[in-house]
Amino acid sequence: MEENLLEIEDLSVHFHTPEGIGRAVDHVSLSIAKGETLGLVGESGCGKSVTSLSILGLIPSPPGRIHSGHIYFDGKDLRSMGENALRHVRGRDISMIFQEPMTSLNPVLPIGRQVAEPLMVHHRISRQAALEEAVQWLNRVKIPAPEKRLHEYPHQLSGGMRQRVMIAMAMVCRPRLLIADEPTTALDVSIQSQILSLMEGLRHETGMSLLLITHDLGVVAQMAKRVVVMYAGQVVEVAGLQDLFERPFHPYTQGLLKSIPRLGSRAAGKKERLKEIKGTVPSLLDPVSGCKFADRCPRVFDVCRERQPELEAIRDGQQARCWKTQFSERSGRYA
Amino acid sequence: MKKYFTNLNFSLGFALSFVVIAMAVISFAWTPYKPNAMNARHRLEAPSISHPLGTDQYGRDTLSRVMVGAVNSIVVGLVTVAIGLSLGVLLGLISAYYGRWADESIMRFSDLLFGFPAILTAILITSILGPSAINAMLAIGIFYIPVFARLTRAVSMTLWEREFVAAARASGASEWAITIRHILPNILSPLIIQGTIQFAVAILAEAGLSYLGLGAQPPHASWGRMLNEAQTFMDISPWMAIFPGVAIALAVLGFNLLGDGLRDTLDPKMVKVR
Repeated sequence: MEENLLEIEDLSVHFHTPEGIGRAVDHVSLSIAKGETLGLVGESGCGKSVTSLSILGLIPSPPGRIHSGHIYFDGKDLRSMGENALRHVRGRDISMIFQEPMTSLNPVLPIGRQVAEPLMVHHRISRQAALEEAVQWLNRVKIPAPEKRLHEYPHQLSGGMRQRVMIAMAMVCRPRLLIADEPTTALDVSIQSQILSLMEGLRHETGMSLLLITHDLGVVAQMAKRVVVMYAGQVVEVAGLQDLFERPFHPYTQGLLKSIPRLGSRAAGKKERLKEIKGTVPSLLDPVSGCKFADRCPRVFDVCRERQPELEAIRDGQQARCWKTQFSERSGRYA
Repeated sequence: MKKYFTNLNFSLGFALSFVVIAMAVISFAWTPYKPNAMNARHRLEAPSISHPLGTDQYGRDTLSRVMVGAVNSIVVGLVTVAIGLSLGVLLGLISAYYGRWADESIMRFSDLLFGFPAILTAILITSILGPSAINAMLAIGIFYIPVFARLTRAVSMTLWEREFVAAARASGASEWAITIRHILPNILSPLIIQGTIQFAVAILAEAGLSYLGLGAQPPHASWGRMLNEAQTFMDISPWMAIFPGVAIALAVLGFNLLGDGLRDTLDPKMVKVR
């Protein structure tokens, strides 16, 4: 087993609202090896982004607060670091790109300055040297005529170009971990795959690790080797890419996969309705005594409503948080 | 630059402000007569070739005094806006960043200042500190602090929620660096617009204070002061009042139009509406 670059242990993040405590992230553990791409999948509001923000200590507080757990980066506990030390990790060791390239760039600053900024913050080099480095990175993210673009403003670039600029900005200090929070969601499909292959190329080239947060299983299939599925603040399944698509264990994961339209599914002659997962995500505010997915689960047992299942190993590299793990063992078959 | 001049407000405002500023600048090098030189033989004269705007009760040349008065007005505008901008922006940034009790106390302080009728309090301040040009500027400048504080707070509060601030944080920028490099450049254009308009208001306010004798002291030329002195001679020499009055009106109109024009051209949302 390779050494883990990032290790999140039992992380809980709570949001204190007037209506009560929202458990946005509920005892989440995950790890990323050096050079690995980990996909973090789940629907909106399941705690993906909060998990990634807490790695960098960027949970808006108040109302958010890391309630418990540890986050180790390269063996160092990020949670015990002071704000100052943490600031030197951000952008240099771990950087992040966001979903909306339209709003993630400052509209009144030329893009060159924005790409150069992390360099000036972390390496204290002159603006001129930083801008030269920025040109190189704009070139590497395949922005044509980078010297000219340096002085342009974000509104002069298309969405795909802006996301490339964001990537250049995140990569400019050569981070060891890049967190990409829905990096392609706001882009056209053709641009999506260009951006994904650009990130994959940079990962390969620099040997960094990549935490890819998305709700798009297609993106995961293209990029990740290992996938973590989150639901309502919890990790419900961890699996290798192949296992995830071929042998999904958790009913939620199965539901997700069934809800993807497949090319050719109607070619067999019968019109098939796309399966959706019935019901809605439980509110993070009310404490659920049983499994959080119980109300929507097609294969719910009595125990599911009473006690919460733990994350159990199913086979090498695959874990799921479901009571089925217990039953299938006893009955000697996989459900 | 061209897009500015296609805007009528801006062009007109620019032309008027330019005339006022040009008068002030030229007055440093040249005025037709010494602005404070009296001449008993040419008192209360109507406009003529030798005195284009006439003379006052001491025979001083009105054109020269209007020109020097322009300097006075511009200095007042600059100083008051500088006081308001520096303290107001600082308080507004603090208010928006820290929120809670800092925000609450700064904004209530602003409300308090706004609650008083501005000119009355300025009169109060100048009568306590003693009437002088500097105290008049101070009194007006203090009233500008909440104007800029509120504007800065309102605009920067929404900016802190924007994604590029999150992106800057994620790349390791300190809160201070974000304020300087990301927040300030974004609030610059509303500040410039507001500053131009407050500049015009300051000219008017100073003229008012000087008219009441609380601003610039004689023999120093100030448009408000000149109006005050002209009052006694309204019947026999209306010229004395008309020209400083016109100067005040044009300067205030000019800088107001300039501010309006800047708002139309600098604010992309306003352009789309048109």
